Amino acid sequence: MSKADKKLVIFSDIDVEKALKNALQKTRPDIIGEVRDSGLKGRGGAGFPTAVKWNLAAAAQGERKFVICNADEGEPGTFKDRVLLTDYAEQLVAGMVLAAYAVGAKDGIIYLRAEYTYLKKDLEATIEKMRGKKMLGKKILGKEGFDFDVHIHMGSGAYICGEETALIESLEGHRGEPRNRPPFPVTVGYLGCPSSVNNVETFITALHIVEKGAKWFKTFGTEKSTGTKLFSISGDCEKPGVYELPMGITIKKLLETVGGEDAKAVQVGGASGTCVPRKDFERVIAYEDVATGGSIIVFGPHRDMLEVAINFMEFFCEESCGQCTPCRLGTETLLEGLDMLDEGRCSLKYLRELCALGETMQLSSKCGLGQSAPNAFLSIIENFKSEIFDTRCSCR
Amino acid sequence: MPNKDNNTKFGPDRAPASSVVASVEVAKNEKELGAMIAVNIDGNEIKVPFGTTILDAAKKLNIRIPTLCHHEDLHVAGVCRVCVVEVEGQRTLQAACAYPITSPMTIKTYSPKVRKARRHNLDLMLKHHVGECYSCFRNNNCELQSLSKEYGVDFYRFGHDSEPHHEIDRSSYSVVRDMNKCIQCRRCVRTCIDLQEVGVLEAVNRGPDLDIATFADMPLGEVVCINCGQCINRCPTGALRANDPSDEIWAAIDDPKKHVVIQTAPSPRAAIGECFGLPAGTSVTRELNTAMRRCGFDKVFDTNFTADLTIMEEATELLIRLKKALVDKEQVAFPQFTSCSPGWVKFLEHFYPEYTDCLSSCKSPQQMFGSIIKTWYAEKAGIDPKDIVTVALMPCSAKKFECNRPEMQDSGYKDVDYGLTSRELAQMIQEVGLDLPNLPPSDFDDPIGEATGAGLIFGATGGVMEAALRTAVEIVTGIKTEKVFENLDIIPVRGFEGVKYMEIKVPAAGPVPPILSKALGGLKDFSFLNGATLKVAVAHGTANAKKVMEDIKAGGKFSECHFIEFMACPGGCLGGGGQPIPTSPEIRAARTKAIYAEEKTLYARKSHENPTVDLIYKEFLKDGPCGHKSHKLLHTHYIKRGNKIV
Ligand SMILES: Cc1cc2nc3c(=O)[nH]c(=O)nc-3n(C[C@H](O)[C@H](O)[C@H](O)COP(=O)(O)O)c2cc1C
Ligand code: SF4
Ligand code: SF4
Ligand code: SF4
Ligand code: SF4
Ligand code: FES
Repeated sequence: MSKADKKLVIFSDIDVEKALKNALQKTRPDIIGEVRDSGLKGRGGAGFPTAVKWNLAAAAQGERKFVICNADEGEPGTFKDRVLLTDYAEQLVAGMVLAAYAVGAKDGIIYLRAEYTYLKKDLEATIEKMRGKKMLGKKILGKEGFDFDVHIHMGSGAYICGEETALIESLEGHRGEPRNRPPFPVTVGYLGCPSSVNNVETFITALHIVEKGAKWFKTFGTEKSTGTKLFSISGDCEKPGVYELPMGITIKKLLETVGGEDAKAVQVGGASGTCVPRKDFERVIAYEDVATGGSIIVFGPHRDMLEVAINFMEFFCEESCGQCTPCRLGTETLLEGLDMLDEGRCSLKYLRELCALGETMQLSSKCGLGQSAPNAFLSIIENFKSEIFDTRCSCR
Repeated sequence: MPNKDNNTKFGPDRAPASSVVASVEVAKNEKELGAMIAVNIDGNEIKVPFGTTILDAAKKLNIRIPTLCHHEDLHVAGVCRVCVVEVEGQRTLQAACAYPITSPMTIKTYSPKVRKARRHNLDLMLKHHVGECYSCFRNNNCELQSLSKEYGVDFYRFGHDSEPHHEIDRSSYSVVRDMNKCIQCRRCVRTCIDLQEVGVLEAVNRGPDLDIATFADMPLGEVVCINCGQCINRCPTGALRANDPSDEIWAAIDDPKKHVVIQTAPSPRAAIGECFGLPAGTSVTRELNTAMRRCGFDKVFDTNFTADLTIMEEATELLIRLKKALVDKEQVAFPQFTSCSPGWVKFLEHFYPEYTDCLSSCKSPQQMFGSIIKTWYAEKAGIDPKDIVTVALMPCSAKKFECNRPEMQDSGYKDVDYGLTSRELAQMIQEVGLDLPNLPPSDFDDPIGEATGAGLIFGATGGVMEAALRTAVEIVTGIKTEKVFENLDIIPVRGFEGVKYMEIKVPAAGPVPPILSKALGGLKDFSFLNGATLKVAVAHGTANAKKVMEDIKAGGKFSECHFIEFMACPGGCLGGGGQPIPTSPEIRAARTKAIYAEEKTLYARKSHENPTVDLIYKEFLKDGPCGHKSHKLLHTHYIKRGNKIV
């Protein structure tokens, strides 16, 4: 793993205690203002502006407020949060303290992916250490009236629990199923209280921004996608691992960095992302073009793209919470269609019907899972239709 | 609205429900609360209060948005996705039932995207929907069917299962579950968990494997289901239905050796017209009598008679308890709970078994009638009770379970042979080809067709309490009840508030009437109650019942009550699980109005003024209310079931 190859933002050095101390000198609006000026967008995948979220949570009425760290990292091909949780836990917790200060929360929760149970002990030790250093607890770093503490809640092993409202349902002890939105968690969240749910990387990035300035952060990235981002790179390349790269990098450049120049396609954004074929490798990874929560999967020339599509769709069939019609039955129907394609039994007409169904799923599913479940299907069919039909023609 | 009380958000101690919290966005500041927001729906402008859903805003404009998982009585789910609409500026379509309007917006309810999405979602639901409309009891009254027609479904776009994939669960006396027809809308789950707070139904598994199941997938007859049938009334399809005995009833009617008697509860007559296209709240009591005769029932009796009898017995039981407590200084269980709702009785047996002593030992009117028919009536009519078949027309699915309770055989036979719901009788009437609304009216049969208004109002929440008070007040005070309550209307116990409470100060003490003298151990008058404050309460829907029971457990104000009426169904029997589908707060209110209007037309409105009640105590139950014979025939006992599966 080449995580610290380059020290741009997230992997750059920081004195956590000093950073927090400095932050607590500032006013709450100043902190949110700095984050707003930086243009930071949520690193969990949806790309919602972090300052807007914090501002809404800060403005929301509520006796109690929560800051929740989404460490459920379940997107296939994503493992960057694991690196952060392992080696940068102190920064994460400090980022949560910062957020808590900004929104006025007293309680923090880290929702930790069930598969990361082995990290729990170390995380708890970090939290304990920070309590000792007065970075958690009452009157944090001497700041009168600012109390905040963090505890860890283990996830339930379902991908859908990474969706923020399903995560909250799960925290409350219910079946992990997304809620109707609005209301959003920033107004009605955990236990009905305003809650800011953020990704691990978002908290850490915000800490660096507040310490080192929005201006500095914006020296990286593009106008609309500022800063750097962690990428979990896997698949058919020479140097898989976690990389910190500036936003706006072309896929081509990225492939050069990881030794995957001969790729025939790249899946950007995990199972729920899009499959970019070789002819589009000049496209850039950024919110305005191909967005991602960080997962990049490289497909070499020998890959069978239909198999790839089937694998992704099987994943969604397994992981759909089953609540809403388009996702519960759409995933199944698309998977059946892929199997028909595989067996050379799918007519072009039915394939068009399935693509239309994919659009319905994107438009009418209740949450991001169902809305993005057909993405890989649609992009693979669009870009590799002839490959698929050539290899599976019924007259073969 | 009966369920308003339940619409609170989940507290930490609530059972995990459907993943739905409040559907309405919390206003960000005081200014927004109460603000009016301008919306444009399909080109029509309207201003609606902050937080109104798109669905409700459209309703105000008379714009129909199709729904399937939405139900007025239940929490918003937003899962079927047939109500999706296009909101200008939003990437995805929004569920109209779940989307609160908090800022001005432009909405399209039938754009090409919307129509295609709705059609697709219907196509998907039909994939695994195994059922044929012509062999389905919901034919012509099915939301899935009518939506399919509305959206022009003329083929199975994404395929269709040819074989059923679930065994039909017929284990319950009351509810039949055919999950092959289930479309996973979860209305039943929300009904059982949120509305009734029983919680035997839940969503299990994920993705395409998601099913609606009972705890550990046990047969419904073996879990803590209270048989209320509220889930049936809210299921949009034929997946849930009551256990229909009409074949057996037809066989009995067609058997010349059998004397088939039907007793009719008050609520069906105020609702069954809905199955024949009449608006909710049209009473068809006397037309129904004709219809049942033409179907072939040998006698048509009025359950209200035994409702009157129940009042005599239950009021006497209450007075006995009061006397024991206040005069004899004995330990007696208080409050006394009504026992006429078998759904409530089973609820208590499961969840509050330590309170079975509080339940009145009186059987429900249905069961009292059963034992009276196979004893007193059989004797009077000179018919061998073994040849009598009693059918009970009820608004209720739990009555089917009740008549099958093994202890209900005090006449020496099964007291009531079949519980028949309003829906099932409507079907029988249709089968005979009768046009119910236009039949010539006729009366109930003697000798037990006579009933009072007090018996009639048993159908509405608060009705049993009102009937009991009309009698008890008069007996205890010796003053005519109409002198205490104007027009005999006891308003505080009426209406749809979830829990009602009332205090009555006893203004005077009358003499103990001769009929009660024995039951009250020769007591001369009611001076022991003079000046006392009688505290009563009424709760409908088991979620409200639970609130009262928890309060009693905690020693709150309801623990000081003397008498509490409980009904398992929201709205009381009028909203019972055997009533015509659909149900809504408006429909239940209309039925209630019909009953109270009809009761005004009756000459007697107090149970103890029913001449047949007088007669039966003179002729048959000679030792009076709560006497030896009535104890044998009209009273029962209960089972401490607990949460263990029975
Ligand atoms: C199906 C699904 C799974 C998700 N899983 C995760 C996850 O594992 N980690 C995460 O941070 N966000 C995940 N998200 C996004 C969250 O809903 C939410 O947007 C995010 O936690 C917000 O944090 P951010 O603003 O810092 O990105 C997921 C979303 C969906 C729809
Ligand atoms: S889109 Fe899928 S995961 Fe999301 S609520 Fe619907 S069924 Fe559940
Ligand atoms: S449930 Fe509805 S659609 Fe299904 S068979 Fe019955 S009537 Fe037809
Ligand atoms: S009959 Fe009542 S208790 Fe039984 S499953 Fe239906 S709603 Fe629940
Ligand atoms: S049984 Fe009926 S109410 Fe329950 S989920 Fe299925 S279709 Fe909906
Ligand atoms: S009616 Fe709105 S989603 Fe089902």
